[in-house]
Amino acid sequence: MSTNKIRVLVAKLGLDGHDRGAKVVSRILRDAGMEVIYTGLYKTPTQVVNAAIQEDVDVIGVSLLSGSHVPLFRELCKCLRDHKAEHIFVVAGGVIPEQDYEPLRECGVDVIIPQEARADLIVTTITELVEARGRI
Amino acid sequence: MISVARFDQAKRPTYVASLELVPEVLAGSRLAIARMISRAEGNYAEASAALAEIYKHTGKAHIIGITGVPGAGKSTLVASLIKALTLEGHKVGVVAVDPSSPFSGGAILGDRVRMNDAAEANQAFVRSMATRGHLGGLAPSTLQAVDVLDAAGYSPIIIETVGVGQDEVEIVTAAHTVVVLSAPGLGDDIQAIKAGILEIADIHVVSKADKPEAAATVAAIKGMLALGSGTSHSTWSSPVLAVSSVSGEHMESLQTTLRNHWKHLQDSGEFAARERNNCRTRIFNMARHLFQQQFDAGANDLEQHLQAVVRRESDPRTAANVLLGWNQER
Repeated sequence: MSTNKIRVLVAKLGLDGHDRGAKVVSRILRDAGMEVIYTGLYKTPTQVVNAAIQEDVDVIGVSLLSGSHVPLFRELCKCLRDHKAEHIFVVAGGVIPEQDYEPLRECGVDVIIPQEARADLIVTTITELVEARGRI
Repeated sequence: MISVARFDQAKRPTYVASLELVPEVLAGSRLAIARMISRAEGNYAEASAALAEIYKHTGKAHIIGITGVPGAGKSTLVASLIKALTLEGHKVGVVAVDPSSPFSGGAILGDRVRMNDAAEANQAFVRSMATRGHLGGLAPSTLQAVDVLDAAGYSPIIIETVGVGQDEVEIVTAAHTVVVLSAPGLGDDIQAIKAGILEIADIHVVSKADKPEAAATVAAIKGMLALGSGTSHSTWSSPVLAVSSVSGEHMESLQTTLRNHWKHLQDSGEFAARERNNCRTRIFNMARHLFQQQFDAGANDLEQHLQAVVRRESDPRTAANVLLGWNQER
């Protein structure tokens, strides 16, 4: 019988010291029964991808409040492709204006969760993503 | 109505059979190593043949256990060790265990936060693991994760236990060298002479040596050791080191001591005894696990048997026999 938990890497990219949101989301996912690996602050895309591969996570969730989301996600998604780790979903959260949705989709971001989202929306979004892909 | 923006990025990776992953694990592919550890953790029936194959390639690594109370500085110490050992040219594996929630089953695995750059070094592989309800300081598949790293050529492999209390000593049959980390200011010499965690150390380390209370903790542990060891079948006498990850104080002497203990195990012949003991424990634990699985498989009928036992139409032993699928009385 296989009983694997959904594993999520919650990361903070670049020069953005505000991690209250990331910690709250980590707690929400924990309470939904997921295993959350938290990276801490000021990570580079390469560091995040390295950690995501070693931890074999299903999802990388990145909270960004710094305004530099487009270049950072572009780098993150490129790094995932370079490491043949495109099976990992990329979920963006934080402050992301709607005009940036299309550029983020082009980078390879899978989901953008707006900052107003309630806890259950975050949980169902991630659960549905992973369940639709199936186990790997 | 708040909604998420979901883009279909069309990525549907196929499931690669575990046996096909084995050569990749042995060749050191990080994706394959990580995937194999997940399958061991998830207890995939399909992966058991692959894990058996992997086991044949293990037995090369020096397995170091690091245990201690929550907040003692285990992750920080591991980070310092990764840095030092990779500089010496070692491929260092780490399995860091943190607790699962008893309520939701979820977990927040925060050991990486302390390891930062160290964990990203190319010569290191750091895996976080949740206990998933297991007591004793490790997770159910910690040793299988260690096997995978061992087979992939990592050595030493460091197991960081959950923050333990006084009695979670499972690490002693999981590692070759057990480091017990004590934090200054948490107890006196009475705590030090109690049975349990302090007895299992091959190396005592007192963390935060930059704090003035550290000297008293070192003295308390040395006083305890002066009374002799309860497990006298070793000729190794456990040293007490005070280290500071802030100042870097005495990190080198810890490295030297780890090396010395490894050498001592080989030279004294204690290594073989330790391996036998560790393997025996693994067999027992696996048997218990399989037994539990078999019982759980029969547990659909539990209610029926439970009622019969409550009504005195059956008895607990008969019910247990039936639930285990044993036809006749044992």
